[in-house]
Amino acid sequence: MNLVEVTNVHKHYGQNHILKGVNLEVKVGEVKAILGPSGSGKSTLLRLIALLEPIDQGTIRVDGRMLAKRLEGDRLSHSEKELAVMRRGIGMVFQKFNLFPHLSAIENVALALTTVQGTSRQEALDISAEMLKSVGLSERMKFFPSELSGGQQQRVAIARALVLKPQLMLFDEPTSALDPELVREVLNVIEKLASDGMTMLIVTHEVGFARKIADEVVMFDEGEIVESGTPENIFTHAKHERTRKFLEHVL
Amino acid sequence: MLMRIGKSPILRSISGIYIWFFRAIPALLLLMIFWFSIPEVFPLFRQHWYSPFIAAMLGFSVLEAAYMSEILRASLMGVDEGQMLAGRALGMKPVQVMRKVTLPQLIRIAIPPTANEYIGMIKYTSLATVISLQELLTTAGNGVNKTFRYSEYYAAAAIYYLVMVSILMYFQSRLERKFAWISVSGAASKKVKK
Repeated sequence: MNLVEVTNVHKHYGQNHILKGVNLEVKVGEVKAILGPSGSGKSTLLRLIALLEPIDQGTIRVDGRMLAKRLEGDRLSHSEKELAVMRRGIGMVFQKFNLFPHLSAIENVALALTTVQGTSRQEALDISAEMLKSVGLSERMKFFPSELSGGQQQRVAIARALVLKPQLMLFDEPTSALDPELVREVLNVIEKLASDGMTMLIVTHEVGFARKIADEVVMFDEGEIVESGTPENIFTHAKHERTRKFLEHVL
Repeated sequence: MLMRIGKSPILRSISGIYIWFFRAIPALLLLMIFWFSIPEVFPLFRQHWYSPFIAAMLGFSVLEAAYMSEILRASLMGVDEGQMLAGRALGMKPVQVMRKVTLPQLIRIAIPPTANEYIGMIKYTSLATVISLQELLTTAGNGVNKTFRYSEYYAAAAIYYLVMVSILMYFQSRLERKFAWISVSGAASKKVKK
């Protein structure tokens, strides 16, 4: 069963044609890695699936629900309020963590529970503490983002998304802003999620990680999917010149 | 301020005009308008409750609203865009993102310029003498006229200003510490509350 169905999606920013008719399916429990040069539209695709920006053309379905936000003339098909409700079930992790600096780690995780789900404060804190423990941060719960390392911040961000029990997790270059020695701790958390059966779409430059964790690798370039296949096929027998060129760069 | 950044073009231009007007008019002129011209135009303001003090307060309020709105607008621009994005990605509604995510960060950025603005305001009050309000500097001046003891009265006035500004600065630093967002002071302030 497909959890995500992206059909012929286009996106423009002004004159720039960022996505040129993207088709993508993610099955329940599947882990897909998206690779490709910077500026190729990978991150934009994730933001569209997360309903953070309107699409110009095409459709996006998550769990059978039509989520595509299309421009009708100048009007958006859904208000921001409606979209907020539709976003539940989709968790997103950003390259720059985007933790809330005015809240401690545990409050970062608990915020959406109390505001979005209406959980009582005490219960939210209990659930959040459990969540932080599962990403190995039980010692750091009271710390503020400015007092945490990049790797710790990103793990808090993952816990913050997971605490809402999403069906789908989107990772936008989760380790690109990290010092090399901190990459591993974040990848470990994502790998554990994969083994727990979480459906994930991961934009990454970590080829080794993609190879290990992904069921399928998607090569992105200039707003379209160049090719996709098992990590084995893509990394050793890439069919397209563009894929080979990119892999030469990152390997 | 909300009107200025909001979606409605009509509200945006109304607030734009307000800010443009009250930032352009000198405070001195504004006070005179409020004390002399407004009662002339609106009979409501001709009654005896409309004292120089009230006129000065109204004049400074509209002036300060214009400046504050610009401070808040700049502070809002200072909040990282990724913050709103993260809040929205968690399924928070626009009002919730504003209250729980944007506002606390905006306030922190706005504290120093706002304190500056209030300090400036205290000194502006000396202008209110033109509408016969007995503010601090006028009172000192009157003392000088009676006694010709310049340094004593002016020193006294300076000390009053210093005290007022010091009190403001004290509150500013307390506020800034509250918005420091580190666990040590956070834990300490929680203990104090209990």
